Amino acid sequence: MLKSITKSIPRIVTLLACAFLLIPIIQSVLAGLTVNYFRGLSSGLTLKWVARVLELYSGSILLSIWIALACLVVTLILGVPAAYALARNPGRASRVLEEFISLPLAIPGLALALALLQLYGTLQGFRTSWTFILVGHVLYTLPFMVRSVLSVLAAIDLKVLEEGAASLGAGPTRRFFDIVVPNALPGILAGALTVVTLSIGEFNLTWMLHTPYLKTLPVGLADSYASMRLEVASAYTLVFFVMIVPLLMAMQWASARAQRIMQ
Amino acid sequence: MGQRQFLMLCLLPLAVFTLAFLAIPLGRLILASGESEAGWAIYLKIIQTPRYVSTLVQTVVVSLAVTAAALAISTTGGLFLVRNRFVGRNTLLSILTLPLAFPGVVVGFMIILLGGRQGLVNQLLPGHWVFAYSITGLFLGYLYFSVPRVLLTVMAAAEKIDPALEEAAQTLGAPPHRIVIDVLLPALSPALIAAGAIAFATAMGAFGTAFTLATDIDVLPMVIYTEFTLSANIAMASALSVILGLVTWAMLLIARSFSGGTVAAGG
Repeated sequence: MLKSITKSIPRIVTLLACAFLLIPIIQSVLAGLTVNYFRGLSSGLTLKWVARVLELYSGSILLSIWIALACLVVTLILGVPAAYALARNPGRASRVLEEFISLPLAIPGLALALALLQLYGTLQGFRTSWTFILVGHVLYTLPFMVRSVLSVLAAIDLKVLEEGAASLGAGPTRRFFDIVVPNALPGILAGALTVVTLSIGEFNLTWMLHTPYLKTLPVGLADSYASMRLEVASAYTLVFFVMIVPLLMAMQWASARAQRIMQ
Repeated sequence: MGQRQFLMLCLLPLAVFTLAFLAIPLGRLILASGESEAGWAIYLKIIQTPRYVSTLVQTVVVSLAVTAAALAISTTGGLFLVRNRFVGRNTLLSILTLPLAFPGVVVGFMIILLGGRQGLVNQLLPGHWVFAYSITGLFLGYLYFSVPRVLLTVMAAAEKIDPALEEAAQTLGAPPHRIVIDVLLPALSPALIAAGAIAFATAMGAFGTAFTLATDIDVLPMVIYTEFTLSANIAMASALSVILGLVTWAMLLIARSFSGGTVAAGG
């Protein structure tokens, strides 16, 4: 008897953890789709709260998509060539640089935002533009792009491939686009999906950097949690789930694929 | 153009961006912390002010409690999922990793749906069961985003354990709990230390969850936020940020020295 109880503990813990994580998600999906959450499902299902969210917050949702795409472009331009340079020069200096650009993973977004605000807060044109939020998002997502590409490049023998191409007369730029980029593609894809997923969900930095006219999706969420009725807040959360869950799954698939290729 | 120049050119955009938006701002933040009347003694002032000390202690205690709970739950769950194959296993795994992409504000809302004034527990149970806006709510919120992160790290490490070790222990007559203590936990310990350090650092720096749940819980990120926005005490906000940043950075450094993984300290 005692033995069977101890044997089932892991199963019970796992199921309880799942319930803890899943139940509020279900609640929020249901609350966003029912006419009146307090009267329960018997009050009927409706899309009016979702429609209300799109009416109130479509600006925030579009701004988040726009910033996420801009963030992707910037991290590609900054991150992919840099990862290549780091892969070709593995050494102490490269390790230090990689460690330094990874600081935004360790330092809380709030502290980073305070740092940015103190240096650039008085630069009016920049402070009030969407590019100020973009800078924060790039800071936070750049290490993911660099590391994702770097880990794929470190696993292949770049030097041999490049020497082959060089002996055929290909210059450095040509080799970068014809050899490095195609080989790094699985890492670039995994990095790109991570960047977009993280950018759309970023709150800690954005909350400090945003202005009343520039609210991203998570800033709008915080706004709706504080001031809207539960059904609207839930419907907005539902819209967020619909955007983020496919991205998360694609990101996990791409990362697993990149890891398989590396082996 | 030679190979060397080309590589330097590849690094240039990243170097310029990092200098302008990371190195110089962080330097400015550190300098700003010493710009009040107190000067650099502001760090002394922090440990002499009871409110800041109790905030620091409270933040560390909550983070430690979350780390311990997340390690216990995720190690149990992770080992169970690695060692058993059953129908619905992948569904459970998806559920357990879903919150990875949730920002702290959404996690806060999840806890309000569970334990808020209009929450599930308050509706189901007679009496007044509201825990979302207290330190319990904060603990549960941090647990909500820590469990998936720790679980993934533990599972990745558990899959690499040689099953022969466990079989050998079994053949030698070790009871199941001895196998866990003598074989599995030692093999998992680097992953557990790494995951624990990440969970601790994430909980220390989490802002969104505390922000959504309540503003009167004194944890470090909330105090930094109020010092900056309400009191306009820039130097104190900067000094507390520097301390917070140093602690979380040191924790993640420990984590990285035990495993090479990349995990975001979001939330």
